[in-house]
Amino acid sequence: MKKTIGNIFVGLMYLILYLPLLVMVVFSFNAGSSTSVFKGLSFKWYVELFTNSTDVGVPVRNTLILAVVSAVIATVIGTAAAVYIYYVRSKLWKNTLNTVTNIPMMNPDIVTGVSLMLLFVFVGRLVGAVNSLNFFTLLIAHITFNIPYVILNVLPKLNQTDPHLAEAAQDLGSTPTESFFRVVLPAIMPGVTSGFMMAFTLSLDDFIISYYTTGTDFQTLPLYIFNMVKKPVKPHIYALYSIIFLLVLAVLLFTNISGMKDKKEKK
Amino acid sequence: MKKILSVMLVILMAAVPLTFTACGANAAIEEPRAVYTRDYAGTTLNVFNWGVYISDGSEGTLNVNKAFENLTGIHVNYTTFESNEAMYAKLKSGAVSYDVIIPSDYMIERLISEDMIQPLDFSKLTNYDLIDDSYKGVFYDPDNRYSVPYNVGMVGLIYNTTMVEGTPDSWAVMWDEKYADQILTFDNPRDAFAIAQFLIGVDVNSENKADWDAAADKLKEQNKVLQGRVMDQVFAKMEGGNAAIAPYYAGDYLVMVENNEDLAFCYPKEGTNIFMDAACVPKNAQNYEAAMLYINFLMEPEVALANAEYICYASPNTAVINNPEYEYYENEILYPAPEDMPVTEYFHDIDPEIRSYYEKLWESVLLAD
Amino acid sequence: MKNRTFLQRIIGAPYIFWAAVFIVVPLIIVVYYSFTDAAGNFTLDNMKNLSDYGQIFRDSILYSLAATAISLILAYPFAYVMSRKREKTQQIMMVLVMLPMWMSLLILTYSWMNILERQGIVNTFLTKIGLSPMTLIGTPGAVIFGMVYNYIPYMILPIYSVMSKIEPSVLEAAEDLGSGSVSKLYRVILPLSMPGVVSGITMVFVPSVSTFYISQKLGDGKILLVGDIIERQIQGNYNYNSGAALSFVLMVLIILSLALMKLFAGEADDSLYV
Repeated sequence: MKKTIGNIFVGLMYLILYLPLLVMVVFSFNAGSSTSVFKGLSFKWYVELFTNSTDVGVPVRNTLILAVVSAVIATVIGTAAAVYIYYVRSKLWKNTLNTVTNIPMMNPDIVTGVSLMLLFVFVGRLVGAVNSLNFFTLLIAHITFNIPYVILNVLPKLNQTDPHLAEAAQDLGSTPTESFFRVVLPAIMPGVTSGFMMAFTLSLDDFIISYYTTGTDFQTLPLYIFNMVKKPVKPHIYALYSIIFLLVLAVLLFTNISGMKDKKEKK
Repeated sequence: MKKILSVMLVILMAAVPLTFTACGANAAIEEPRAVYTRDYAGTTLNVFNWGVYISDGSEGTLNVNKAFENLTGIHVNYTTFESNEAMYAKLKSGAVSYDVIIPSDYMIERLISEDMIQPLDFSKLTNYDLIDDSYKGVFYDPDNRYSVPYNVGMVGLIYNTTMVEGTPDSWAVMWDEKYADQILTFDNPRDAFAIAQFLIGVDVNSENKADWDAAADKLKEQNKVLQGRVMDQVFAKMEGGNAAIAPYYAGDYLVMVENNEDLAFCYPKEGTNIFMDAACVPKNAQNYEAAMLYINFLMEPEVALANAEYICYASPNTAVINNPEYEYYENEILYPAPEDMPVTEYFHDIDPEIRSYYEKLWESVLLAD
Repeated sequence: MKNRTFLQRIIGAPYIFWAAVFIVVPLIIVVYYSFTDAAGNFTLDNMKNLSDYGQIFRDSILYSLAATAISLILAYPFAYVMSRKREKTQQIMMVLVMLPMWMSLLILTYSWMNILERQGIVNTFLTKIGLSPMTLIGTPGAVIFGMVYNYIPYMILPIYSVMSKIEPSVLEAAEDLGSGSVSKLYRVILPLSMPGVVSGITMVFVPSVSTFYISQKLGDGKILLVGDIIERQIQGNYNYNSGAALSFVLMVLIILSLALMKLFAGEADDSLYV
């Protein structure tokens, strides 16, 4: 009984989460160009995506690369940071670190974007570069706003883990490094994973910070879309996201079916 | 296991866009009017323009940037901005070096006064004779030294004939209580104030604070009948019949009416805003010669035609205006006959003190009930 | 606890370096601009002007609090149900929770407008079954709803990841000792999941205070929040000083709010065992 209520609740939540997605998929088959008036079924936007040079392939690829790379680096630095913060003894230093961690989240994107741009320009001037912004400044910016989310996902898991576990491992002869990788890391893995997911997600859709920290040679999909201000969003973007959505679903389904007999949960 | 999942995901997702090839793209013009040297082949050109503001090959149109690359061998790095102000912020910081930028009139006035753009070499811009004379010598560039017109547009009133009685011809209908909660307006101070200023008969570029106060008061009166302040949402709202009246650009009306035939358009009798976007070259451009080639290319008859049909605003290029095959040839809305031509005003760059003043006024309008 | 090992001391080095350069330095830039004018002279004018925005600051924080509270109430049971599923199911559920966030907020917001508009999907459905249409868009409710929709995955995930490792044996022990379901929840699960809850609250409350896009689109441009003001000052008015000052004050307010919350939640985000 309780389980059914729980499942219904979760089902409803998913329904609401996916409602706009479903509307998007429906409108990707819109014969017209409107996002609010449905004029009949048509595949033309899909055909459009695959045949005409709509310059959307490159931004998509760029966005994916940027998201994966910045999420990976942020996860590594962030996890290490969370471990460090966890073991810090001084209350003052700990609180300072926690506050500094939250700062990138506190500023509106435009302030973060402009202040990073100013920093990069300053460095660029020092080095005498013509273009102070490029893929690397964009990457740095993304890693910077991703790290707090990783830390905030890993820290609770560290708090949950029995600190004596790591000590016990060392008492039994492991080096500190071994005890970290074999004992602590597996215990906090769910936090690391959700931190990575969040970082990846944030990177995928970032617009304002990206605008102010990217150069001329790296256009991302959000920039491509958000700058469609004077004109309405064309449905071929809907088709693009519908395809991505269906692809991810397909991969999920595939791995679910194939991995039915999974190994038991590690302790 | 999870690792494999994510890796597969990424590969699959990355593979899909790679299938979006340029096959079938229209990437060449047939008869170039000017001569385009290949001396600069292999170099890179940084172009900065509004979003969705160049013919990009979708729906069988010409891909202007690819065509240029094929013709001259120059690689185009094309990036976009969402507003003049966003463009200005990036340009001013000196963070990036752009070769060609396409801002609007008042912004060009500002860039010239701040010495941020450089004169163009008109001996290289051989297609310039195609530009209509009425778009030369405009206020922001009176001696035609710094810019080449790219696009022209006018603001007008869009309304839904099934929701509005009669045929409105005045901005006053946007204050009509009959249409309470059906009226939209611009979500930025300049455009919103301009409507009020036209209505009460005050200069849209006034340097007199009292004028702006009067306009703000007029706007506050509007709050009780206003459904909302919008920019790009206006398309969804008007096409879907969610609102009855909205001010917006003439060309965009043409797009909306394809999706909702109940929509109509008029130029209010009190006057309206006209704007021009033009191509310029920043002071710190690295590839001036290539920039000249690109700007000349934009004025090519076939290129200007493709852009005009893609963007749906008016073209300043006579080769387009006088072309009977042009989709909007002699379109009454984009190119009104002289007797139907409304009174128009360009936005000028405003003194910083007045600008701070009207920004403050804008906030008070938004907060007023 | 023993003294920290060398590894424990050094592992934070990359982050400290990164934070110093890319978080602290830009922060100093923001503070610098907050207290200077366009010419670079020190001034308190930016701060003085802020008193005009008292109402907007208050509104922004209230909206965020509402969105955070609602997110928490919805996310907590969701995370709990999720944590009791099979491991494989949990993984899939996690991806499914994040998946909508990969689909461009702009596109999804347009879809929501489609659904919530006056002639939108919800109202069309209501009129079909004989009820009168409701004005959903352009209301504070729509903005809060938009915030919750945008941020709820960030509340679900940290809570879930902590709950997933609450030992079933602990729960069994509580039952053995005579604990009913409610008591089990209140005395066992809640305290143990607190670290995740605190993280979740931080990841929803903090960014939602400075959001501006959602209020523009779902609020019909009528609801003015701090993020809108800052954006207008920086881009519309070319006044980075004013924008920075607003942002700085916002930061201080958020830090104070978080400190207050820590007081109430106790030392929950610190090590529970020491």
